[in-house]
Amino acid sequence: MPKAFSVTVNGAQVGVTEDMTALAAILLSGTTTLRRSVSGAARGALCGMGVCFECRVTINGERHCRSCQIRCGQAMDIRTDE
Amino acid sequence: MNNSRRSFDVLVVGAGPAGIAGACCAAEAGVRVGVVDNNLRAGGQIWRGETRDSHLAEAASWLRRLASSPAEILTPMEVFAQPETGRLTATSSDGLCELSYKKLILCTGARERFLPFPGWTLPNVMGAGGLQAVVKSGMDITGKKVVIAGSGPLLLAVAAHLRAHGADVRTIAEQAPWSRLIRFGMAVASHGRKISQALQLKKQLSRIAFRAGCWVTAAEGNGKVESVTLRTESKTWKEACNYLACGFHLVPNTELASLLGCELRAGFVRTDNFQESSVSGIYCAGEPTGIGGLELSIAEGQIAGFAAAGQRERAQEYFGERKSQRRFSMALECAFMLRDELRPLPSAETIVCRCEDVKFGRLKEQSSWRAAKLQTRCGMGPCQGRICGPAVEFLFGWKAESARPPIFPVAVESLAATGCVE
Repeated sequence: MPKAFSVTVNGAQVGVTEDMTALAAILLSGTTTLRRSVSGAARGALCGMGVCFECRVTINGERHCRSCQIRCGQAMDIRTDE
Repeated sequence: MNNSRRSFDVLVVGAGPAGIAGACCAAEAGVRVGVVDNNLRAGGQIWRGETRDSHLAEAASWLRRLASSPAEILTPMEVFAQPETGRLTATSSDGLCELSYKKLILCTGARERFLPFPGWTLPNVMGAGGLQAVVKSGMDITGKKVVIAGSGPLLLAVAAHLRAHGADVRTIAEQAPWSRLIRFGMAVASHGRKISQALQLKKQLSRIAFRAGCWVTAAEGNGKVESVTLRTESKTWKEACNYLACGFHLVPNTELASLLGCELRAGFVRTDNFQESSVSGIYCAGEPTGIGGLELSIAEGQIAGFAAAGQRERAQEYFGERKSQRRFSMALECAFMLRDELRPLPSAETIVCRCEDVKFGRLKEQSSWRAAKLQTRCGMGPCQGRICGPAVEFLFGWKAESARPPIFPVAVESLAATGCVE
């Protein structure tokens, strides 16, 4: 069984397992807007495989992380739409 | 930033089925092999999330074979430049890595083709393979209403997968007309395995509306997609949904091959009988040589692996399998050709380049891809034209220019360390 723990998405706790990506955690939290486009429109994930860069979020303070390519870590702090 | 150096006789870039097969064969032939992939684990998109214990017998068997082979698996690691012949640079969470090789096998796979239509930038409009990848990575799709649209056999596989995970799949809208799909069915009828896969899919998809000659003209919603407009030649209607999963078949990832000077033909990497590209010592296998699916990728990967390890006789054992699978590849290309009605879908206000928010109306005023880049920044964002490039090619006929390093965005200090910038 994969290890279970929680991460925070925009400050709210979300229960995840270690085999989940940060993107899955974000969507599980009910958040659909991951980032703002250069003209300010809401954007969500598109390709799911690290190519389109639409799922960029801030993880543990580091900006522009592709959330579909990063596995959840214990107490990970994920912030969207920054 | 930590820097590390690794050296291999055969380096494989991409750990999907072609790369796994290539790495296993080369390593079992006794040379020193490394296989690098930018995803979290080996398996590629088709075997994303599968393990050595997978219920998919073929995935489990190849992943076991890779794990027990002497090949070194380097994931996640993203190759972005070749500062000199025989040496690639890559980034990983530990920092920069230099990868030296004598022979290289490129198994960089494919991505979905996306075409712009009004509303396609709304959250919860994703690729078909995109939504599947996210569900494979742990997202809960239970009870969600999903419309699947676009083109290609992937749509059916995605529908079956999402349904098995509890999604309420409303409609599958395949843009190709029935006439082409039937011809495709006849062409692959000689492939016993493909037929049994198709019959199994049909069972899994019972009671889902499959419409051929049907396409999305718009997605609507407040802050996220709430409905889509679907069209056939005879009617137009709306369908409510929580997700639109929409992709128009696949385009090959040829950026690295192009950077290394490999010759492309009609958008694919040209290879000889032993999967060697126009650059001596650089091999290519799988989707970058032609979209052909799992079995062709594995056959080509085995040929490339043995050939790169100097065992050309063993490589030849897979020529027959490759030949038979290539017939499927040609049938695929013909069946899922894009219809002309998809070209006028974007309005002047529809975004085409999602990175730089370049609208269709502005692109229409340009004369070439180069002019579009200079005047509008189309294709100049972090995806480097991987998403808008194939769309622009379909809409305007402009071909993307050759790749330049870095082929993925990297931190300035990484670039400086490779000598790509001064």
